[in-house]
Amino acid sequence: MIAALLSLALLAKVPAGMVPIPAGAYHPLFAMRNAPTRVAAFAVDRAPVTRGEFLIFVRANPAWRRSAIKPSLAGASYLSDWPSDLDAGNRTSRDQPVRNVSWFAARAYCAARGKRLPTTDEWEYVAAADEKRRDATSDPAFIQRLIAMYTNHRGGFRNVYGVDDLHADGWEWTADFNSAMSAMSAGDSMARGDGAHGGHHDLGCAGAAFGAADPSNYPAFLRSTVRAGLTRQSATSHLGFRCAM
Amino acid sequence: MPVAVHESAHTVKRAAVAAALVSLALLGTATLTSCTRADAAESRGSIPVRTPSDPIEGQEVAVLTDAPNVPPPITRTHATKVIVNLDIIEKTVQIADSVEYNVWTFGGSVPGKFIRVREGDLVEIHLKNAAGNTMPHNIDLHAVTGPGGGAKVSMVLPGSESIFRFTAMNPGLFIYHCATSPVPMHMANGMYGMILVQPKDGLPKVDREYYVMQSEYYTTGKFGEHGLQTLDMEKGIEERPTYVVFNGAVGAIAGAKALQAKVGERVRLFVGDAGPNLTSSFHVIGEIFDNVYGEGGTVATQHNVQTTLIPAGGSTIVEFGVEQPGDLMIVDHSIFRAFNQGALGMIHVTGPDNARIYAGVKGLGVKGE
Repeated sequence: MIAALLSLALLAKVPAGMVPIPAGAYHPLFAMRNAPTRVAAFAVDRAPVTRGEFLIFVRANPAWRRSAIKPSLAGASYLSDWPSDLDAGNRTSRDQPVRNVSWFAARAYCAARGKRLPTTDEWEYVAAADEKRRDATSDPAFIQRLIAMYTNHRGGFRNVYGVDDLHADGWEWTADFNSAMSAMSAGDSMARGDGAHGGHHDLGCAGAAFGAADPSNYPAFLRSTVRAGLTRQSATSHLGFRCAM
Repeated sequence: MPVAVHESAHTVKRAAVAAALVSLALLGTATLTSCTRADAAESRGSIPVRTPSDPIEGQEVAVLTDAPNVPPPITRTHATKVIVNLDIIEKTVQIADSVEYNVWTFGGSVPGKFIRVREGDLVEIHLKNAAGNTMPHNIDLHAVTGPGGGAKVSMVLPGSESIFRFTAMNPGLFIYHCATSPVPMHMANGMYGMILVQPKDGLPKVDREYYVMQSEYYTTGKFGEHGLQTLDMEKGIEERPTYVVFNGAVGAIAGAKALQAKVGERVRLFVGDAGPNLTSSFHVIGEIFDNVYGEGGTVATQHNVQTTLIPAGGSTIVEFGVEQPGDLMIVDHSIFRAFNQGALGMIHVTGPDNARIYAGVKGLGVKGE
């Protein structure tokens, strides 16, 4: 406990709006339960990037406006919930997490702030926490709570690190969202429909449970399947992001 | 281990060949010459390896129906390309009085749309995942020959569409369901329906066809507990459903929504069991199934059946003539499910009473005694 506090104290000097995350380990969904993955110390945004924040970014960077975006950088639904190019809605809307943003756009936003997207390992490591525990994933009540949040679009909470709303109504981009699936984008091959994505884990079938560290961690399966289906251009109504450094 | 598997496969093959030779000898040559090659192979119960060969003439859009309705019989006598437009919609529905659940659906309701095609048709599934949905989805149709039954090639993100084709080579009544990980969650949340691949010769003519699908909900609240519910993981894993229902909700085919029939009519029920866990002991109180097409196949495997088993992820077709007026109750005869969990439907039969068939004589249930 003292060591944990100490490492937090050492990391405490992070930019405003960010939370220091101490080094540690977590259990990826597709890994042996007794072989946790190490995660180095990093910092992550306390909250998801809002529409208002993203509006500031597109004002400063015209190439990322809805009407100017290249199809190679974002799909047709990019920022489709905004009234117009430089209108992210009223004050309430502007405080909502930004949605319908592609991986390219999310990455560019973070880069413009001297940040980056968190890796999947970093994201999952922080997301394993509840209000009191760094790893609550072996508690069925925690799993059940996340299922309710994912399907009923309610809730959100500040976890033990001080990070808000990782599981609230939506998914978040990670830097390497599909690297676990295949060298090429799994989503690209799925979109082509050739079924030849050659990933280690076929998330389209009941067989997906094979090799999973914890087959009852449905929230982790849901996130894993979402990531596997994405391409870097995907922009969907429940997908946002936060930055790390 | 692989060697042993090989050997047993060999043994099976040898046995099959031997059996085929014996039945050949018994059948004689007259039967053989009167059939085409494929027909002969099937009638002997051997194993056809199919190649789609019917010319595909034209194209049509499949008529899809919500339970308990069934699309009309297909009367054409050729194979065609059939477009099936399935919209995946995530929405809140009532699964019992004042009990809400966020279901994921094929077509906007639970169970999903009934699809009817003809044996030999080239079926093209257009799967649209509505833009406001949260989850990726796909579809595994048990009528598909090929890895994943469509699941491998139909994964689709919210706001997108996937398209794939298959030839409906095997006739029968098949389940379809979402097979996106975690599959039990997608199924427990309502993602299932049925596809009938109508045999080339059609099915015997009946007066009414209905679509009935049994399934379970595993909710965090107790049976009847009001408010928005969520999938209860523990109940699911332990196979302890809160609700066992026909057509997606308690009372979906009861009372004012009962199935209808008239005395003298022939009724066919296309019955599926989506599970996710339970096998159904399907029974209609006060009726006897004249024909049961076991496990949804194309042969009437039994006559005069009281209760028929439907495996999870399977189906059955039952047919019966209706002889007496009144309410016939549809149940899963694992009877606590009917009494306490919702597995209760109804066929409301109108028409003249025949006291020769059924009449009270004396007792509490007899009026005007």
